[in-house]
Amino acid sequence: MSVFPATAAAKAAGRSRTSASGTRPGPRNQRSAYWFIAPLGLGFAVFYFWPLLQTLYFSFTEFGAFGGHTFIGTDNYLRVIKDVTVWQALGNTLIYCVIGLMALPVAIVVASLLNRRGLRGVSVYRALYFIPFVTLPVAVGLVWNWLYNGDFGLVNEILSWFGVDEHYWVSDPSTAVYAIGTVMVWSTTGYYLVIFMAGVKGIPQDYYEAAELDGAGPLRRFFTITLPLLSPTIFFASVICMINSLQTFDLIYIMMAEKNPAIGDTQSVVGLFYKWAFIENAQGAAAALAFLLMLVIAALTYLQFRIQKRWVHYA
Amino acid sequence: MRRRTLLGGAVAAPLLAACSGGGGGTDSGGRTTLSYGMWDPAQMPGMEQIIAAFEKRNPRISVRIQLTPWASYWTTLKTSMRGGTAPDVFWMNAVNFQLYAANGVLEPLSGHIKADATPVDRHPKALVKLYSYRGTQYGLPKDFDTIGLWYNKQLFDKAGIRYPDASWTWDDVRDAAAELTDPRKRVHGFAAEMDRQIKIYPAICAADGYVLENGRSGFGDERSIEGMRFLTDLIDRGWSPPQSAMVESVGRVRYWSEKVAMNYDLSAMAGQMYAVPALKDHGGIAVLPKGKRRATIIHGLANVISAKSDKKAAAWKFVHFMAGREAAEIQAKAGVTISSYEGTQDAWLESMPEFDLKHFLEMQEYAVPYPSSKNTAVWENLQYPLLGAAFSGKGGIETAARTLGEQMDRALKEERDS
Repeated sequence: MSVFPATAAAKAAGRSRTSASGTRPGPRNQRSAYWFIAPLGLGFAVFYFWPLLQTLYFSFTEFGAFGGHTFIGTDNYLRVIKDVTVWQALGNTLIYCVIGLMALPVAIVVASLLNRRGLRGVSVYRALYFIPFVTLPVAVGLVWNWLYNGDFGLVNEILSWFGVDEHYWVSDPSTAVYAIGTVMVWSTTGYYLVIFMAGVKGIPQDYYEAAELDGAGPLRRFFTITLPLLSPTIFFASVICMINSLQTFDLIYIMMAEKNPAIGDTQSVVGLFYKWAFIENAQGAAAALAFLLMLVIAALTYLQFRIQKRWVHYA
Repeated sequence: MRRRTLLGGAVAAPLLAACSGGGGGTDSGGRTTLSYGMWDPAQMPGMEQIIAAFEKRNPRISVRIQLTPWASYWTTLKTSMRGGTAPDVFWMNAVNFQLYAANGVLEPLSGHIKADATPVDRHPKALVKLYSYRGTQYGLPKDFDTIGLWYNKQLFDKAGIRYPDASWTWDDVRDAAAELTDPRKRVHGFAAEMDRQIKIYPAICAADGYVLENGRSGFGDERSIEGMRFLTDLIDRGWSPPQSAMVESVGRVRYWSEKVAMNYDLSAMAGQMYAVPALKDHGGIAVLPKGKRRATIIHGLANVISAKSDKKAAAWKFVHFMAGREAAEIQAKAGVTISSYEGTQDAWLESMPEFDLKHFLEMQEYAVPYPSSKNTAVWENLQYPLLGAAFSGKGGIETAARTLGEQMDRALKEERDS
């Protein structure tokens, strides 16, 4: 039986309609299909594919500060590989990626809690969780910087009730990455929550009822019904989440002041790219760095697709 | 037929308008509109007064201010230079000047200066020189800044210490900082913030060290290290908040909220300090204390013309006007910065009678020009990440400074080779 009865029904309906009218999907239908995807294809070519080729080309050149460039071969890539800050930024970015993925379990738990029958005001909760995601990262960063402030921040105030000493969360190298990561999780949970709520809705209530009759408690039902049947959604969300966390920039840019002693410990690859390209006039090296990031993202995504076979259940 | 002509007219009209707008650089009425790029909103009123005076004398030219926040000013400018939409006249600082001049995107002014007898010699020599590249003048100074010692008279009175004056040395600062620090009230004697222009460079120069000389970094020099140690030592002893605390509330804000008794800060901040009632009442100003010698950093902005501008004649008229006495006097009265034109500074001094602003002018005598090279941003960006730990009370300023010196030398070498 299909997990998504609605889609299965639609498929069946579509099939029966074509057989009824007697026309098979022919070349003519296909041609019109191309017209429908043309706008997206054009947008993709202009805004993604062309810049990609340009970046690849520029990564082999040295840029003048005000235009003009000379071909210098693989020098930029050598610089990227030799630079310690690149590896540090890559390490930080992987930490962001791991922390960013924490948004998924939080979203799954909240989604299954909101799925309880008879719960009122679900849309209000959903909106509340979603608001941080649609808030501009700049605003999010500024507000959280106040919350984290070591002198008068709310975080320290609350922790002081429990006897925790005050702390400069975003300017201490040992906590800065986690402080920013927490904000990342906070601001993205709502997005994944919406995805998971749709996924949870797709699980037939019959299963839960049957399990309840057999005496399965809420935890048991969560682990044996919700999680496995949600695994395709989790897979989709984890790929998206990983790519987004690897490209993280704006939140860190806002939260980390230039003079922050923790800056080396929090800088992401895209942050370093920005610094090279727009402040230090090293556009060529920055292009090489961007390409390196693309390779990392491609490799990790490939890995995820390989591993999914072991844990994703398409019912 | 009729329909076609109508359509033709509709297509041609914007084309014609575009030609007259861009081609000759003049609008239909023979008026030229210049765009003037700047970043400081605090200077807007003063600049508007200068523009009004200029437009009165040049009725055919009007100037429109293009304000870009400091944080994005240089990236925006660089991109708009490439795209050909840069302002005709804009503010330039020492850090970026050589990069722009070397790439030929600034209009050379030496010929104009000679032809119109612009009073260049009435501006401080060190500043004029900051804006010449390989013997050609590209910018004319509009103002200058020095760093002074700001102190809170009320906190000094409470601690029973006499006010800082020209006789003060680093020892006096240390003694006073120890007395003024009150952990229970979260008051610190000094703000030894990691800031190149207002704290690090003045301290290095006062220790008889240097930042950049003959294409070599001075950060590894023993004297420079001693200068930086003066700052980090204040942090280590708890007389200044550590850098991690000053990221979240900067030294200037701590001084404003009377949580720091002494602070090095720019003369350009006078207007903002004056707006704080408590500081207007009991904020004091003194020359920087003496280390091994007396020193402060002098820096000033210049007006430059874009080489890509198609309204250069009008742009020069405006820049020439701004380098003259009339514009300088308006600027000085507006009380934001010290105008660089000799003899017009009295208006600035009188604009805030409660403050001893004259100390900022006195310091010109031994002021060191802000250090810069062709790609200043590259080696400046090395400083904060490398010095951050030492300024957070974790020690190790000696090794950090030496590493910085080596890396900066490498960056300078790359700059020469490129």
